[in-house]
Amino acid sequence: MTEKERTKMALTGNEAFAYAMKQINPDVVAAYPITPATEIVQIFAKYVSDGEVDTEFVAVESEHSAMSACIGASASGARVITGTSSQGLALMHEMLYIASALRLPIVLAEVNRALSAPINIHCDHSDTMGSRDAGWIQIYCENANEGYHTLIQAVRIAETVNLPVMATLDGFIISHEMEVVESLDTQEVREFIGKRKPLYSVLDVEKPIMVGPLDLTDYYFEHKRQQIEAMKKSKAVIKEVIEEYNTKFGFDFPVFIETYRMEDAEYAILAMSSAAGTMKEAVDIRRSIGEKVGLVRLKVFRPFPFELLTEVFKNVKAIGVMDRSDSVNSMGGPVFNEVRSSLYELETRPRIMNFVFGLGGRDFPMEDALHIIDRVKELKDGKKLDFVEYVGVRE
Amino acid sequence: MVEIRWHGRGGLGAKTAALLFGEAMMHSGMYIQAFPEYGPERRGAPVTAYNRIDDKPIRVHFAIQKPNAVCVLDATLLSTDAVREGCDESTVFIINSSFDPLAIKKKFDLPGKVYTVDASGISEEVLGRNLPNTPMLGALMKVVHLMDFETFIEAVEARLRIKYKPEVVEGNIKAIRRAYQEVKGL
Amino acid sequence: MKKKGWKELPEGCFIPGVPTSQDLKTGSWRTSKPVWDPNKCTSCFLCWVYCPDNAIILKDVGGDPKVSGINYDYCKGCGICADVCPPKVKAIHMEREEL
Repeated sequence: MTEKERTKMALTGNEAFAYAMKQINPDVVAAYPITPATEIVQIFAKYVSDGEVDTEFVAVESEHSAMSACIGASASGARVITGTSSQGLALMHEMLYIASALRLPIVLAEVNRALSAPINIHCDHSDTMGSRDAGWIQIYCENANEGYHTLIQAVRIAETVNLPVMATLDGFIISHEMEVVESLDTQEVREFIGKRKPLYSVLDVEKPIMVGPLDLTDYYFEHKRQQIEAMKKSKAVIKEVIEEYNTKFGFDFPVFIETYRMEDAEYAILAMSSAAGTMKEAVDIRRSIGEKVGLVRLKVFRPFPFELLTEVFKNVKAIGVMDRSDSVNSMGGPVFNEVRSSLYELETRPRIMNFVFGLGGRDFPMEDALHIIDRVKELKDGKKLDFVEYVGVRE
Repeated sequence: MVEIRWHGRGGLGAKTAALLFGEAMMHSGMYIQAFPEYGPERRGAPVTAYNRIDDKPIRVHFAIQKPNAVCVLDATLLSTDAVREGCDESTVFIINSSFDPLAIKKKFDLPGKVYTVDASGISEEVLGRNLPNTPMLGALMKVVHLMDFETFIEAVEARLRIKYKPEVVEGNIKAIRRAYQEVKGL
Repeated sequence: MKKKGWKELPEGCFIPGVPTSQDLKTGSWRTSKPVWDPNKCTSCFLCWVYCPDNAIILKDVGGDPKVSGINYDYCKGCGICADVCPPKVKAIHMEREEL
């Protein structure tokens, strides 16, 4: 492990993503601007026009075209990054599935924002949760610093397992918040990501191939089965890449989940992204008055690390799962349903409930964080509660 | 942890002030947050921005509810409740005004200690237009002793130089220094 | 041909070794076949232009291309060639395909 004084930079989440992209120096960036992710591409476009990167920048007329251009470039062997948010990701939806099934390691810098209607520009996770089954690896970052480092790791992860990766930051809360980012030297970044070795290239005239042909009842299922297997195998790759990164550069980024004060916890909260930071402080506050509460931060949502969750929750009596989106299915949010399902194999299952919070950027202050902990304590003590609660909404 | 809330109007530079302050604080080895509260962006509409400063990493992510210091870039905002929200006797107010601090405190019934600086006046004289955000930084630095003033000046200068012409940078630095000297209520 | 299992296929839904259409002989799909008469043909190439399966064979005769027959490995018997052959020439006619 190298003990090195890291360069500290004061960057917003968007600036951190853009700076990582500059150091990565991708071959192609095709993107369309959208609040609150606009700055990522805006800042990157400046790097391009100032000659600070060698990237071919493709200005397109929509996010659908952005992802289409990324797919074409990636299929010809290029290293490709794009950025978007909310409605933009929704407009990319059909192309997301094509990128992942064609096994193209595109990296997407995503900023979480609510989906319309009502029209809203602020943070919730309904955009990326809407594409949770699109075959992309999804990594939800807590702050600007983690976002910066994750984008660099994402290039290696994507190109090793040949699956696309989206790294996400909470819109405005992180995308527009200036924080301290401990950056790598550009040389370190370039060495870590290396060169892309594509599975195939449509521009290789020596080995002509056909990409994306019709695949009916005879082979579609086999190709999907392969893709499912690749996502399964990506777990080992994600672990290897993040651990190598930590060792090489002296960090301790969690891989799939981060556990906080879980050692002797009787009950626990599961949170994602920036809300997990607030929740860590809330756990400290309750710990200081003797409550045995802990926090699990779910960082990688795709592939879903169910084995780790089964293990980490096997000894707790009650869990509160926080969702910053709702499945609108009458049984809570997507994170809740998958975490709950992960615990089914346990012999004694903990009690579990869901807290949907922060929709449309509704602030998540300390009193709400403490309220959630206190409710889970009541659950642990045997009180009968509705299994989905909405926190921070006016009745 | 020190928490600062900035009140301004669209175009006065409250967000920029928070970002400049945050970045400068980082150079003194502190952990920082600087973030605006986003709404529809309109010139003249009330704008709020925040700073958190701590000697350890800052993990919380929500709007500041009980600020230690409140910087008001436009005194007409003093009649709104937003400026007083979450404040008590321990809160310090730094107001862009040519009036006496005690007069302001009395007129607007502010709970904490009040400082005033004629940031708009300084800005008009030095920069030729009303951009009170940088002089307000000088006043804030005088009131809250969070880092060495010269180191602060260096950090702000370095940041401004990236975006502005030398004469603009010089003017802003001059405005910060004047406000640092001229803040009233100490 | 035995179909491949998911572990045997190349990853990424692509087809290596194009053009794969050469491997698929569609001549057996015919229910009637075109018969070409070399004595009537003027090599106007209309059949060659219109054939959707590229099944009209051309041959080099003293530096000039001439129509020289039909490739029954790929001809599906659609009859377009017989239809476009000029009425005054009538070099191609369709016959029922039996065995």
